[in-house]
This record gives sequence, C-alpha cells and structure tokens, in this order.
Amino acid sequence: MKLNTNGNVYTFVYATVMVVIVAFLLAFVASALKPIQDANVERDTKNQILTSLNITGLAGEGIDKKYAEVITDELQEEGGKVFVAQVDGVTKYVLPVKGRGLWGGLWGYISVNEDKQTVFGTYFDHESETAGLGARIKERWFQEQFNGKPIFDEEGNVVLTVVKKGNSKAETEIDGVTGATLTSNGVGAMVTDGLNAYKEFLNK
Amino acid sequence: MGKLFSKENCEVFSNPLNLNNPIAVQVLGICSALAVTSQLEPAIVMGLSVTVITAFSNVIISLIRKSIPNRIRIIVQLVVVAALVTIVSQVLKAFAYDVSVQLSVYVGLIITNCILMGRLEAFAMQNGPWESFLDGIGNGLGYAAILVIVGFVRELLGFGTLLGFQIVPDFCYENGYMNNGMMTMPAMSLIIVGCVIWAHRSINKEEK
Repeated sequence: MKLNTNGNVYTFVYATVMVVIVAFLLAFVASALKPIQDANVERDTKNQILTSLNITGLAGEGIDKKYAEVITDELQEEGGKVFVAQVDGVTKYVLPVKGRGLWGGLWGYISVNEDKQTVFGTYFDHESETAGLGARIKERWFQEQFNGKPIFDEEGNVVLTVVKKGNSKAETEIDGVTGATLTSNGVGAMVTDGLNAYKEFLNK
Repeated sequence: MGKLFSKENCEVFSNPLNLNNPIAVQVLGICSALAVTSQLEPAIVMGLSVTVITAFSNVIISLIRKSIPNRIRIIVQLVVVAALVTIVSQVLKAFAYDVSVQLSVYVGLIITNCILMGRLEAFAMQNGPWESFLDGIGNGLGYAAILVIVGFVRELLGFGTLLGFQIVPDFCYENGYMNNGMMTMPAMSLIIVGCVIWAHRSINKEEK
C-alpha cells in the first residue's frame, strides 16, 4: 500500500513526530554538553580577567593555574565585584563593567593600579557586534590604548572615554574603531559609567 | 566507485563552482555575503560552515524526501536546518570554544541563508543522498569562493591587511596613503559583488 503523503492526518502526524524527535534530540545534546560548556565559559571568564591584567597567551589548564596564582581575593564593593590581583608582587584591582553596543551587550574588565588613579590594562568583549568593525574592540591593539591612562581629571570626575578615531585631544580620550562609531561610543560610555559606579572604591 | 564519480555527478559538484555559482548566477545568499566579508578570516570561516551545513542538510532531506508531506515541506526543511545548526553550534561550544566564539553571529545567519533553502528545495527534494551531498559541497564552495574574493579586496583596501597581517608597507602610509574607509562599509561589498558578477558573466559569455 502506498502511503498518501498529502493527507491531513499524515501531515499532522508527520509534523508532530518530527517536532518531538527534534525537541528530544536538541534537549539531549544541550543537557549532555552543558557541563563541558559551563567549564569552558568559566575558564574563558578567567582568561578575560587575566587578559585585562595584560597576562595573555595562556590556554587550557594554564589559565586555571595562573588565575589561582594571580587573583588573591574578591571584594564586594559599592559598584559591584572587585577582584584583587597580585602581578609581580604589585597589587592591582580588576573592575568588571557592562554596557551596550550597537547590536547587543558589551562587557569588559578594567584593571587599575594600586593608587587607583591610572588604568593598568583592559579587556573588552561583545555579544554580537559586526565582524571586522565593532567586533575589533576585542583586539589587543584597541584595549592596550587604555594602558597607563589617568581615570580622573583635576576635579575628581571620571573623564576616561572613547572618541572618534583621530579626534583624541586629551590624554583621557582613546581612539575608537574606524567604521564602528556606535560600538566605540558604547565602549566609551561603558568605561565612563562603569568607573563612575566604582568611584567610591577608587577614591578610598 | 565509477558510478559515484560519474560525469553527471562531477557536474553536480563543479557546476555551482562556476557556471551556476549561487552568488554570481543565482544571486542567492547576498545578505550574508555583505555582512561577513569586511575581513578575510570571517569570510573563510563562514564559507566553510555553510559548505558543511549545506552538505549535511542536503543529505538528510534527501534521505527523507519521499516521506515529507508536500504542503509542509518548507517547514520540514527549516526544522532540519535549524536543528543541524543548533547541534553544530552546541558541539562547537563544548569542544572548540574559541571557534564558537568567533562564529557567534554567523551561526544564526547560516539558518537564514537562502542558498541552503534553495538547494534543499531545488535539488535534495528530487535527488539521492550522494548527489545531494556533492551538490551541497559544490554550492558551499562556490559561495565560499565569492566570499573570499570580496573579503580579500575589502580587507586589503580597507585595512591594509590580510588575515590580520599587515600587507601595505609602512612607508606607503608615511607618504600619505590612506586605508579606504568606504571598503569597511557593507555598501561597498555590494559594489564588489556587482563587479564580480559582471566579470564572471562576461567571461562565461565568451565561453558560450
């Protein structure tokens, strides 16, 4: 007997069976791989924090080891979490920040020197900025522009920010990414607002 | 083996590379060709991912083609593609985390790629799994080839680099050469794709 593949009953049954199979398949794959994925995400976060301390080029177990060695404490401050780090015997503080890009969320880690007045290093990442344009905030040349920059002006306001490439005048203005003005503005706002939230901690 | 690589099957594979190229001739998949080609590396990664996904979704659809109810065939195709893409991205996240971070945006784009749906509907629904596999690989590579050309031009002129390595020497910049910012904009890739199509068609006209 040849099956009538155009009948209503057949169509309904086919669709139902297909959806159930696919749903089980996806649920199975997702839950089977979840622990491995979570471990990857956790390790990646550690790597991001280390990168903001200008410690790069690590992979796998090396990240966990170095992280345990460098990060000595986690504080709960007014603006949020603060990681205390010891880099070559000198204390640094890592401040997590969050912001908005053009298409989705941005986040980053700003590490400050012991005097809490200048930036030691930064790391920025994004959910879904345009590849080759906004996504370049993830590249080291952009992040390294922040190294050693002062955070405050003479009145104690947070002034560190990002401006359009070629327009940076003051020492606290960082060149943005060409062709990615909105993402660059997002990073600028994230840095300024993020540091402002930690103002109390930074002035302590 | 002789049958697997018969003349017809070779044509199934080689046609989309040139004479029936999905971008240059069928003008499919333009959207992603514009979005991911501002640098060479994402263009290559995207090209390869589409090749893999097109090939395997072609095979799956071809295997179940006789059982698919005609009225909901597009939905079935879409479910297969979406499930496949989701599984691939989950596996990448678990076992090749770095690659999955790089691919983040493109994975979603693959589902909506018109080439995939086009090949499923036009080829896999009527042909056997092996032919469909070849067709998927051929179309994927044909797509990748155009992406690489566009990515090459845009990265070279827009950033002065290729795959992140500086190509345009420093003394050019010192003597007033500037990277073409226009090249980094999506609009410019439309123009480059246009030029590629133009060149492609005028060459093929002579052959005919």
